[in-house]
Amino acid sequence: MKRIAVTKHTLTTCLGRGNEAHREALVSGRSGLAARAFEDVDLDTWIGMVEGLDAPPPADGASPRACRNNRLAALALEQDGFLDAARDAVSRYGAARVAVYLGTSTSGILETELAYRTRDPLNGQLPSWLDYRASHSISSLAECVSRIVGTTGPLAVISTACSSSAKAFATAARQMACGLVDAAIVGGVDTLCLTTLYGFNSLELLAKGPCRPFDRHREGLSIGEAAAFALLEPDVPASLWLSGYGESSDAYHMSSPHPEARGALQAMDAALARAALAPSEIDYINLHGTATPSSDLAEGKAVAQRFGTTVPASSTKGATGHTLGAAGGVEAVLCLLALENGLIPGSVGLIEADPAIRIGLEPVTRRARPRNVLTNSFGFGGTNCSLIFARAGQEGGHD
Amino acid sequence: MTEHGFSMRARVAGIGVVGPGMSDWSGMRERLLADSGQPLTPTQIPNPEGLPPTERRRVGKVVKLALAAGLGACRDSGIDPAGPATVFASSGGDGENCHAICELLAGEDRRISPIRFHNSVNNAASGYWGIATGAQTGSSVLSAFDGSFVVGLMEAFALVATDGEPVLLVTYDHPYPSPLNECRPLGPAFGVGLLLAVEGGSGPVLNLRGLGCAPADRLADPVLEALRRSVPAARCLPLLRALAGGVAASVALESLNGQTLIVEVQP
Repeated sequence: MKRIAVTKHTLTTCLGRGNEAHREALVSGRSGLAARAFEDVDLDTWIGMVEGLDAPPPADGASPRACRNNRLAALALEQDGFLDAARDAVSRYGAARVAVYLGTSTSGILETELAYRTRDPLNGQLPSWLDYRASHSISSLAECVSRIVGTTGPLAVISTACSSSAKAFATAARQMACGLVDAAIVGGVDTLCLTTLYGFNSLELLAKGPCRPFDRHREGLSIGEAAAFALLEPDVPASLWLSGYGESSDAYHMSSPHPEARGALQAMDAALARAALAPSEIDYINLHGTATPSSDLAEGKAVAQRFGTTVPASSTKGATGHTLGAAGGVEAVLCLLALENGLIPGSVGLIEADPAIRIGLEPVTRRARPRNVLTNSFGFGGTNCSLIFARAGQEGGHD
Repeated sequence: MTEHGFSMRARVAGIGVVGPGMSDWSGMRERLLADSGQPLTPTQIPNPEGLPPTERRRVGKVVKLALAAGLGACRDSGIDPAGPATVFASSGGDGENCHAICELLAGEDRRISPIRFHNSVNNAASGYWGIATGAQTGSSVLSAFDGSFVVGLMEAFALVATDGEPVLLVTYDHPYPSPLNECRPLGPAFGVGLLLAVEGGSGPVLNLRGLGCAPADRLADPVLEALRRSVPAARCLPLLRALAGGVAASVALESLNGQTLIVEVQP
């Protein structure tokens, strides 16, 4: 495919707000996971919480119950000059030519969960403060971001569980390539809620301590919340590029990965083909690596089959937690930071690598000069998406 | 071309419809051409073909609706449902499942059933589609409130243009139970499948011409117009009306925020 410029990017996770906090966290091997309270959740698990979301929203007329997910979206847009860059793109391309394609898995469901606690005892109705379109509605995130930025072009939420925000890049890329839109704001936002915490708990997929992707003693995932955004533009001077994407479906089971990770392999192969790269030309793989026993094992098989043991790889979920619908966007931006800053991110939480998984796991972050990096995102329903990002230009152009 | 126009063409190779008073495209076409204004009978959602019995018991009505509409379009076109890439577009998710989870989480015992949890993802229809048909192709799942059909159509056209292979677009909405229904009232269950392919075979050709401010087309039949207005997935009805008529036409389909997508139909 014709590569697409990534002209701005930012992310906010439990590691902090903006790119610099994340560069520092990658270099120092810091984790943002903690055993801490969220609402009245009574589970023995660690979470990756973003500070400042419980505070009342800014005095802009928003209702006191404006949803946590869109509060995080607004907070993250303010970091790294992303909002200014997005508005600048609107002024250059025209509001109608800038798309907003964002991923989320749970949108503002937390507000509905809380509203169900205060139903009218007589008629069962939900409280009047619940604003469905601005919270629960799947598309509320894209509507919110479009309104803040000032776009009038196509907008949608891509909601495919934990591949959502990776697939947002793919949707934007193909719609830009065929001229439906000129530029796009992509990425995703997902925030803590009771459905995912209790849901993963009922599947016995939550770790008790911080998650440990690809460790032989891994016992499950840690849920986090995050927002990540990228601005995609066609032919403009840029140092970072989206050069490939690949998508597939397992067609196997709703919540278990295909044991041979058939779909994961298809998605990685499709991304390599689009980028016209051989597996040996990939310098770093950001693994989906949720730290559940079966999913790391399956992904490991697919990565070993295509990339062997020599391509550096890590999961960053030990640092951020699994941010579900935001994970693809978060890990895309972490890949962009790795390209920009000359880093191979390490595996926070990894103590002893699972001997059954023979891939090039990187234990600690080190300096290097990656040119092409691949990131995997897989989700319930057997959805798979791989993205490839590239650093442009001459050797020595960045560091 | 409009100011923000484009031109993207694809052929409609098959149509499936499941809605009130109709169980397939021929029923829908008949009704669209009749302009009878007669009331519609409640939607009958068939049990999905292809799913193993254990999975069949697990799926909600919303997923059954989407699968039936998609399978109908594949049947109409004679294309194996395992082949096409898919696009699933809906305004919302599985309201009954969501209601059950929220009721449970508002109580003391918050142990969600694992099946309820994995059915809560917005790509449930896409996931079960893969299990039912064996399709390992990519699958996009989009939502844009009342404009979900239009963004689904744009995504499907982009896929046809990118890969040159047939793409199945399934758009569907199912009403929520109370009390969610009072927050987001939706009309009767309605799903439509469109099997889209590159030009050069049988079937009418659609040309997407751009998003603009032209008013959305309405239907002369007041009952169908009420359906169009009450169900986001039924915002496609002016397009189906043009396809049923079999003559060249241009339709304006409602998108978000007062915008419409102009689609030219060439029989």
